[in-house]
Amino acid sequence: MNTKVVLSLKDLTKRYPGVLALNHVSFDLLEGEVHALLGENGAGKSTLIKAVAGAIDLDGGIITVDGQDYSKMTPHLSRSLGIEVIYQEFNLVPALSVAENIFLGDRTGRSPLVDFKTMKSKAREIFKLFNVDINPNTLVQDLSPAMQQVVEIAKAVSKNVKILIMDEPSAPLSVSEVENMFEIIRHLKQKGVTVIYISHRLEEVFKISDRVTVMRDGQYVATRLTKDTNRKELISLMVGRELKESYPSRSNPPGEIALEVKNLSGNGDKDISFSVRKGEILGISGLVGAGRTELAMLLFGAVPIEGGEIWVEGKPVQIQSPQDAIQQGIGLLTEDRKGQGLFLEMGVGWNISFPIVRKLSKYGIVDTKTENEIAEKYKQRINIKTPSLTQRVINLSGGNQQKVVLAKSLAAESDILIFDEPTRGIDVGAKQEIYNLMRELANNGIAILMISSDMEELLGMSDRIIVLCEGRMAGEVNKEQFSQDYILDLASGEH
Amino acid sequence: MTTKPSFSSRISGTMKKYAPQMILIFLVVLFSIMSPNFMTFNNIRLLIRQVSFVAISAVGLMFVMIGGGIDLSIGSQIILTNIVLSIMMVDWHVPLLIAIPLTLVLGTILGIINGILCIKLKIHPLIITLGTASIYKGVGYIIASSRNIMGFPDIFRFFGQGYIGPMPVPIIIMIIVALIGNFILVRTYFGRYTFAMGGNEEAARLAGVNTNRMKVTLFAICGFISAITSVLLLSRVFAGQVSTGAGIEFDCLTAALLGGVSFKGGEGTIFGLITGVLIIGVLNNAMQLASFPDFSQSVVKGVVLLAAVGFDTYQKNRKAKETIARVTA
Repeated sequence: MNTKVVLSLKDLTKRYPGVLALNHVSFDLLEGEVHALLGENGAGKSTLIKAVAGAIDLDGGIITVDGQDYSKMTPHLSRSLGIEVIYQEFNLVPALSVAENIFLGDRTGRSPLVDFKTMKSKAREIFKLFNVDINPNTLVQDLSPAMQQVVEIAKAVSKNVKILIMDEPSAPLSVSEVENMFEIIRHLKQKGVTVIYISHRLEEVFKISDRVTVMRDGQYVATRLTKDTNRKELISLMVGRELKESYPSRSNPPGEIALEVKNLSGNGDKDISFSVRKGEILGISGLVGAGRTELAMLLFGAVPIEGGEIWVEGKPVQIQSPQDAIQQGIGLLTEDRKGQGLFLEMGVGWNISFPIVRKLSKYGIVDTKTENEIAEKYKQRINIKTPSLTQRVINLSGGNQQKVVLAKSLAAESDILIFDEPTRGIDVGAKQEIYNLMRELANNGIAILMISSDMEELLGMSDRIIVLCEGRMAGEVNKEQFSQDYILDLASGEH
Repeated sequence: MTTKPSFSSRISGTMKKYAPQMILIFLVVLFSIMSPNFMTFNNIRLLIRQVSFVAISAVGLMFVMIGGGIDLSIGSQIILTNIVLSIMMVDWHVPLLIAIPLTLVLGTILGIINGILCIKLKIHPLIITLGTASIYKGVGYIIASSRNIMGFPDIFRFFGQGYIGPMPVPIIIMIIVALIGNFILVRTYFGRYTFAMGGNEEAARLAGVNTNRMKVTLFAICGFISAITSVLLLSRVFAGQVSTGAGIEFDCLTAALLGGVSFKGGEGTIFGLITGVLIIGVLNNAMQLASFPDFSQSVVKGVVLLAAVGFDTYQKNRKAKETIARVTA
């Protein structure tokens, strides 16, 4: 491997009121390497990349790029040094075309008018390089998240990127799409681009990175050659103790059928049939766009049902709105917790009790005493780390926000819970807690549907898995038949 | 992640939280020093009565705003209900006790129309109510046919001009409306739902709130309260004119924003709102006392609005940045 240092961080320090977000962090990045950055939520990864991108001012430390020292970085300077960041939330303009997005802010020619022709041909060149087929005229809003990400990468490449920072790039992608992205990363690497790759998924780190740096509580912990380390070591470096993700298994046999779906259609899904029993965790697998979240929304009454039947506890039910679903004891923990699950500006207790405040009211007046008792009960039961129930949810970490969403559904006393990507974007420790809680709920007789793109988690947690492909049922897999390959085959429609 | 805020940050927290109140106190102190006539019982009572009409309508607007909407048709609703009430009482001799409730029903219906248009056309309430404002006002003009309607029974003076003890009736009604509004927002589940609508409508829908019904209800409340204002204003002016209430929504909006009601929804208190109304009242009153010309009053109001909201937004951005950094750190 090349040993030329392209970016060197020395003693980076950033203070926020009450928190040392970066505490004298130092490490080097080599030319043409893929360098994974690992750490739990709150470890300082995001602050670090913001510092390198010039999005925040440092309180101390030096960033050295190509031998030049900088104690103050600005977004403009960072870009001019060839540093590009792809954040979790894409920075694309949905209503503009792919080509326009790639060259947004750049002048392609000398004319004051936009030179669409050059723009498009340059965009095509980049896509050819990546070996992907995207029409530069397509509007970004019409692209899948995976393709939007390719556009983001293309945008960076068009600016002669030397150091590409990717923050959780695989989060919105399915397994095969991640593989495509890796291809592009390997390609960039060959051209000498340094990639900083941030991810919660350890298997990806082993697949793509050359070296890996672990951070914890704002501090640098260690850097390892990826080939010389293992999963166990990295996790213990991240959490500072030995910890293994383990999937608690079922303790009692599943009970009666809680939910049965017969030939359900709508929201892009067609003819879906399955059932889930009390005490059972039914995994729902499929690629992005297979219609998994769409199915969850359909079951929950958030979109109109076009055909088929839903049976709850042996009786057919009409679910035309979320109210109906809640009435039937169905709870949904959405994939997009900030957009659909939480009132970020409101307090923890306010959020937890929201679905039941009406029930807690007499003559329309909320019984705040009972409300607080219930909120406190669920806060303790699932161990939400917050100083008080009035703390605004926006100030909690991702894992604790997810627990608030869970507490909401529990407070509503749902018998059937749909978890859509329950551990996306949350750290190892919190993940384990969520797993334990899910199993505990199941053992208490709750029927669980779990949608997850994390294959390991899905195989580990589920008692049974149904696979969707392009809005249709591709198969149902029992625990004895669980294998990643088999499920992937089903998901990609090869059976 | 939880650390005790430092002393200075607690002070600035208090400053932020009570910024509108501080502005009000500052203005009151300033004008008391500048003019000996300002801080008298009669003047303060006059001042509050002047703003009571705006205050009442602003409570209705606040329900819509906290729910994430906006109503620009309040003034036009008042014009229309004013004319209809005048015609009912003067031309048709409908007794007061029937005419007034009918007016309140009409106001509620105008609000419901706003709400239904919002959910059916799925257009932003700003545009919907801009449209209905024009329609309501136009209908008011048509049925008034440029008359100045007069000849009300004397007892009708009571609502806008009367007193109970030393207190003018509009002030008493303002206090009642504010207290009830506050109770609904703070204590009832309907209040929770209102904040939820403005905070995150999709999350509210998925939590089982009938968001369409909420929208219509909020506009209906606003219409109902506008009609109350309309009755009081007609009683005060004592002549049915199409100019009564015109443009009042902008005063309401200014007061709401001054008082910390968020334009994006999900945030606001009656306490803040009333403070905002009083700031406008104090400015108007003091500048009248100092015989400022009308137009310079308008300039001062604009400057105070931008300064107050600008300060608030600046504070929030700073806080948001710190929060984001803390959470993602």
